[in-house]
Amino acid sequence: MNDQKRPYGFDAKVPDGPLADKWTHHKNNVRLVNPANKRSIDVIVVGTGLAGSSAAASLAEMGYNVKAFCFHDSPRRAHSIAAQGGINAAKNYQNDGDSTHRLFYDTIKGGDYRSREANVHRLAEVSASIIDQCVMQGVPFARDYGGMLDNRSFGGVQVSRTFYAKGQTGQQLLLGAYSALSRQIGQGKVEMFNRHEMMDVVVVDGKARGIIARDLITGEIERHSAHAVVLCTGGYGNTFFLSTNAMGSNASAAWKAHRRGSHFANPCYTQIHPTCIPVSDDSQSKLTLMSESLRNDGRIWVPKHMKDVEAIRNGSLKPTDLKEADRDYYLERRYPAFGNLVPRDVASRAAKERCDAGMGVNKSGQAVFLDFASAIQRYGATEANVRGLENPSTEEVRALGVELVEAKYGNLFQMYQQITADNPYETPMKIYPAVHYTMGGLWVDYNLMTTVPGLYAAGEANFSDHGANRLGASALMQGLADGYFVLPYVIGDYLADDIRTGKISTDGAAFDEAEAGVKARIDALLNNGGTTPVDDFHKQLGQIMWNKCGMSRNAIHLKEAITEIQALRSRFYEDVRVPGRADQLNPELDKAGRVADFMELGELMCKDALERNESCGGHFREEHQSEDGEAARDDQGYAHVSSWEYTGVPSEAVMHQEELVFENVELKTRSYK
Amino acid sequence: MDFTLNIWRQDGPQDAGRMVAYPVTGISDEMSFLEMIDVLNDQLVRSGDEPVAFDHDCREGICGMCSMFINGEAHGPNRLTTTCQLHMRSFKDGETITVEPWRAAAFPVIRDLVVDRTAMDRVIQSGGYVSVNTNGNTVDANALPIPKPAADEAFEAAACIGCGACVATCKNASAMLFVAAKVSQLALLPQGQPERLDRAERMVAQMDEEGFGNCTNTGACEVECPMGISLDHIARMNRDFLHAKVAKKS
Repeated sequence: MNDQKRPYGFDAKVPDGPLADKWTHHKNNVRLVNPANKRSIDVIVVGTGLAGSSAAASLAEMGYNVKAFCFHDSPRRAHSIAAQGGINAAKNYQNDGDSTHRLFYDTIKGGDYRSREANVHRLAEVSASIIDQCVMQGVPFARDYGGMLDNRSFGGVQVSRTFYAKGQTGQQLLLGAYSALSRQIGQGKVEMFNRHEMMDVVVVDGKARGIIARDLITGEIERHSAHAVVLCTGGYGNTFFLSTNAMGSNASAAWKAHRRGSHFANPCYTQIHPTCIPVSDDSQSKLTLMSESLRNDGRIWVPKHMKDVEAIRNGSLKPTDLKEADRDYYLERRYPAFGNLVPRDVASRAAKERCDAGMGVNKSGQAVFLDFASAIQRYGATEANVRGLENPSTEEVRALGVELVEAKYGNLFQMYQQITADNPYETPMKIYPAVHYTMGGLWVDYNLMTTVPGLYAAGEANFSDHGANRLGASALMQGLADGYFVLPYVIGDYLADDIRTGKISTDGAAFDEAEAGVKARIDALLNNGGTTPVDDFHKQLGQIMWNKCGMSRNAIHLKEAITEIQALRSRFYEDVRVPGRADQLNPELDKAGRVADFMELGELMCKDALERNESCGGHFREEHQSEDGEAARDDQGYAHVSSWEYTGVPSEAVMHQEELVFENVELKTRSYK
Repeated sequence: MDFTLNIWRQDGPQDAGRMVAYPVTGISDEMSFLEMIDVLNDQLVRSGDEPVAFDHDCREGICGMCSMFINGEAHGPNRLTTTCQLHMRSFKDGETITVEPWRAAAFPVIRDLVVDRTAMDRVIQSGGYVSVNTNGNTVDANALPIPKPAADEAFEAAACIGCGACVATCKNASAMLFVAAKVSQLALLPQGQPERLDRAERMVAQMDEEGFGNCTNTGACEVECPMGISLDHIARMNRDFLHAKVAKKS
């Protein structure tokens, strides 16, 4: 044990009673704010993705005065929009034995037993309401011919509980939440601040009472006060530079909150998604995901023999011409029970293992095949039967199969072809793992409050529900659960104390100090007199993180990474060049501030990874693995949340431990074999 | 590959703006158009100039943020493609490429290639929703079956990414395709029925107020729409709008 670790000084406030009754009991007992009093209470919501839009809309519907902020030109653009595959809900429409308990259990197990039971159970409980709510809003989920909602399967589960809208589920859900938010903006109950960036949280007498924001068009620094502040600002995957996150996705709001006293929990838990389009060259600015739903029908393989790998790389052998017997469907081989639908962390590591063994199928050796030929054949044969075709030709069967695959995944195939110029109906896709999601985030209690009173975190910005690995189609579920069905209940319990407080003033030392800090930082960046563009530093940070704190990690690399990041940060402040002025739209300035924060957070991620001497979920420590290369968890030593308190230097943060108590599930070695 | 980029530069809303030519060299055909602009901006910053401001975010064709008018076409030469999904293999080595912002009275330029599209948000705020509160106690999602063709067509309308290419491409700077996509999506679903006519009326009124032009059925919007949204939705909106007007008079 490191002597820096302290037992957790903050109460997670998990309600008493049996697991299945906790949330109901809690809802029945939290304090309420009556409708008249809600009108005198202000709430700030930062971020308008699934969690932020749904929270802002719901809180405004309830009667609170809401100010919502986003850095985009419109609240409809947050990166939730890019989520492709679907959203889980324990509806059991397919009658395959699904239940609230099974969704709870799958999520706990999928998270490798590193999440809080009560939070996860609540998530499973409200999941069904999300689908009802979204359908009422007019979200056009996929339906079958009887007009009923359709489902598909996702990794790590043995039921079909994923609702979807082609490969654009995130878009449809976000537009649903955006429409609810727009309704409240139209009614004047939400004041919307587009193209605004949160620069700092203002803490007055120990409570979060507002934010400093920058108008990204005019550069004006603004003070906004409220009785509570809700951060729905997403994850920190862009610490790696290359990820499936949007270019603007950033961790600055969460990092500012951390610097103001919010603990940062489990920062090393990063999800590397197995199916992304591989890096093509040095100018690559981001990576594109190919939805996990493709693993329902796509089979992942590499050649068995090195000579075939070489032939495919140099173009003398087409992958479609390689005989079945010479292919290694390595997921089906290693994990027969789940096959291609193992959880993301397992699938990613298995791809890395094959590529490290030299079997990668593109020029850089960092790609595996995702093949739809069997699915096209299977669907085609079924459809031929459905249509009563007698002795259909191979071509006819193929054409029918292509038609069905197109109906399911058409937009994904089109996207793949646009990016790679390969036709995935004709030749297998090439894929490789990429940074996709971050399970860690601001520590929150059962009420989603951080360690700063009045400062809440929801969606990907908090750490709460996914443990060390998130299952597919659970991010959309969590974002909307937090925003629609959790925050609206729990926030009243805190705000009930504020009904007599009156408007919070934006004068006073705390606002002065925060504003002065923001201005000084902007001045320093703009007048640095350096020569190197911001992106250079971001790319270097990304390389350190990917190589030393990526899919597999070890103590030596992590220690090196901390030193390298510190050196990079010094160089940044000596030599970064930020052109332009502070009083105009200046994307380079926005980027510089975000990258400066990533360079601090990256250091904390490495520190957390170094201190967690076990392998679990997305955190794979090479020192801790079984003989056949599977992750070796240490439940005696590490069944806790590592929650970090900022002290000035990121890697000198103090760790607090929240012990994870499992009363309802038995901790087992995760096996998908 | 080497290119000459002819790019609109405008320092701020009040600046007159001008086209400026920049050479870019060593571009790979696998680069996306925006990655090529990244290369240009990197050169500009290193040489002490100001980079070209442009809107972009997801770079996978779904957020609707990117918005470049390339060689006289919204999102460039390819169909069903946003600017971020356009790759340099679609251009010829040595070509001169002209890049301008969306041009429309309702989309004032903020800087360089960045325009203000909040008018589209205000149109949605005027009625582009179903008035249902969050409470967790709505009816079960399967209580109301929706015929697959209606659900599918609603989805196709709902796929609109709100980029504004339809407006930028229209000679009248009309937003009919954008507005119709939302009106039509909700008109096709049972949940949208109670407010159907009122919605069409309010959204059209807001669209007019924002200064978008009228529709003269040239169909250019449908051609340039990266999501392939059909003109049929405009017809459906027009029917609902007329129906609303007639219903009010009688």
